[in-house]
Amino acid sequence: MIAELGHFVLVLALVVALAQALLPIYLLRREPSGGLAVAFAARASYLQVMLIGLSFAALTYAFVRSDFSLKVVFANSHAAKPMIYKIAGVWGNHEGSMLLWTLILAAYGAAFARTAKNMPARFSSFVMATQGLLGSAFLSFLLFTSNPFARLLPAPFAGQGLTPILQDPALAAHPPLLYAGYVGFSMSFAFAIAALATAGEAADGRDNAWARWMRPWILTAWIFLTLGIALGSYWAYYELGWGGFWFWDPVENASLMPWLAGTALLHSALVAETRDTLKRWTLLLAIVTFALSLSGTFLVRSGVLTSVHAFANDPERGIYILAILVGFTAGALALYAYRLPKLTPDGAFQPISREGLLLTNNIFLATATVTVFVGTIYPLVLDGLGLGKISVGAPYFNAVFAPLAVPFALLVPLGPLLNWRQGQLAPLKPWLVMGAVAALLLSLILVLLRGAPSIMVLALFTASFWLVLGAGLDLGRKLAPHRAKLWRFWRLPSTAFAAPLAHGGLGVLMLGILAATQWREEIVVAASPGQEIDIASITLRYDGLREIDGPNYRSEQARLSYLTGPHAGSHLFPERRFYEAERSQTTEAAITTDLTAHLYAVVGETANDKRVLRIWYHPYVAFIWLGAVLMAAGGGFGLRTRLRRRA
Amino acid sequence: MMGRLLLVACFWVTPIWALDPGEALTNPELETRARALSQELRCLVCQNQSIDDSDAPLARDLRQMVRTRLLAGDSDAQIRAAVVARYGEFALFRPRLASHTALLWAMPILILLLGGFFGFRLMRQNTSTPPQ
Repeated sequence: MIAELGHFVLVLALVVALAQALLPIYLLRREPSGGLAVAFAARASYLQVMLIGLSFAALTYAFVRSDFSLKVVFANSHAAKPMIYKIAGVWGNHEGSMLLWTLILAAYGAAFARTAKNMPARFSSFVMATQGLLGSAFLSFLLFTSNPFARLLPAPFAGQGLTPILQDPALAAHPPLLYAGYVGFSMSFAFAIAALATAGEAADGRDNAWARWMRPWILTAWIFLTLGIALGSYWAYYELGWGGFWFWDPVENASLMPWLAGTALLHSALVAETRDTLKRWTLLLAIVTFALSLSGTFLVRSGVLTSVHAFANDPERGIYILAILVGFTAGALALYAYRLPKLTPDGAFQPISREGLLLTNNIFLATATVTVFVGTIYPLVLDGLGLGKISVGAPYFNAVFAPLAVPFALLVPLGPLLNWRQGQLAPLKPWLVMGAVAALLLSLILVLLRGAPSIMVLALFTASFWLVLGAGLDLGRKLAPHRAKLWRFWRLPSTAFAAPLAHGGLGVLMLGILAATQWREEIVVAASPGQEIDIASITLRYDGLREIDGPNYRSEQARLSYLTGPHAGSHLFPERRFYEAERSQTTEAAITTDLTAHLYAVVGETANDKRVLRIWYHPYVAFIWLGAVLMAAGGGFGLRTRLRRRA
Repeated sequence: MMGRLLLVACFWVTPIWALDPGEALTNPELETRARALSQELRCLVCQNQSIDDSDAPLARDLRQMVRTRLLAGDSDAQIRAAVVARYGEFALFRPRLASHTALLWAMPILILLLGGFFGFRLMRQNTSTPPQ
């Protein structure tokens, strides 16, 4: 009954979304100022989020109650599963995750409706109509191809369970974060559509106000996407069993592309807002970023990139999402081409200026985006054309990204140090020279001490340190006027922290990647109890194995004792878990987490009465996620500035 | 979830552990080369892993083949060629530069040059008009 209600309100939501897409356009014709249209669209937005929220609650209820008469619950849940994973199971499957997607879309729409009065009514109407159109597309996709409320009669007694590897707190939070990022870019998309539709209408003749309105939404989406990707990477690191944190897997690439494009958008919108230039490029980027978010969904959901593995792939769904992707992208690009001449000309700028540097940043980020895109689809295209089967994997991306990262990272700190319009490097010269020398020296010392084989590694280390030092210089300059009240740090302006944290975070992240890949150590032994194992000047002892029972699994747990080092006396407990219901097993690595290094232990099978143990030493690997969190925090400070300015 | 399901796929069949004890070569220089090579070769049973990461029997065979050939004194290029001869180019994670992959390798440079060209033109154009 509850499920039928959930289904019914979803149909209602589709009707509301269609009305929200179409009626404002009609109302705008009757009353061009837009008061009627915006009033209607705002109410429709609120109604939509309530209806989809109800539907989502109904599905959650079915999962919590383990109602196996629902197909998705049967296929993805089990009565003997901890409550958190019953709830996370709602989006641990295709249908539920698409419902979550539409819920987030509606939530963004309602959040926008609350602020719509800050913008001209015509503009807001177009934004909300676009959101309504997107909502209709995804709601009809749900209802026609992926109904989460489909029944299964007669109802089975037990569910098939959720893949054990997904029964993990990080993975419960990963999809909502990632979706909040993907879907957030629907806002900048809708803003771009509205900006194009109302081009040339600005009273002051400078139609770049949309860039200012767009920025908080881009920032929000970007923060979520950054955290979502980082969390997914951290999960892969500790769950997949050997400490890899990025695999250049097509599905990862699908999330990286909108992130790269979104990062470019973040910066170009800043130029468009401040200097009334790069408007055309910014609008194009806004469209492309969302198209990449959609194609991420398409690539994952359609089975184009994977054949049998990922769950519930269905060509019909793939075609539907492809139609949504092509429809929205082509429609937006057509509008773009048609309305572009209406935009006022872009303002002037010098190469050595903040906008010049931001343009360069955009060129690099666009190159990175295209590289990932081409690398991901090239094998498909080649195969489709019958020109052979090739693979494009991590070695390709590493080979291309390393030389791109160096000049990019060298240029990043200069942007915030230069003024708008016409920047001067000369006054900064002593600082820059000092920073460059310090970065190079630090890298040389590290590379000579710990050993790293190539000039490229040295260059990357230098670029990373340069990023961190440059961020420090930037922060110092911004805080200098507030020297007297530094101790009241909460009163300091948020903007001072935004760029330094984000850019410094990138440096920290790069340092983490470099150290972890260059200086990783690994040991594989077949050990009997009492045996000592040496790795990275630490001695461990294997104490033996015991069996324990978890809530819905049995586990073999090994014990390793630290004999030396700062952790002497403490233990590591790597596990192998066997899940009855799902008939599969996972490895749970035991990790000692220090800021400077992780020790990572995994227990394997029996080999000649001995236990195979695999132990890794991952130096500075924590910097990777620390860097990502710093970047997101930088975004947060940027957002705080925005919201305060508005208030 | 979307982000990782592909990876998951392989692992629920067999948890991932690559190298077994005793598989590694005693000569550290050759072993380093073996690891580097293994990371560039794709495990064909398990779609998105290198043979260095995969626990599949085929990956193990390939790892052993790489090491046997290294001991026999083969160069990296010779070993890659041998793998391609047996399994096709699909087995290389780092595609060879050839006519059908030229666009793949050239694309980043092309985009960078194109972006640089348009960016430069934009600035030239803008500086020639008087600033407002």
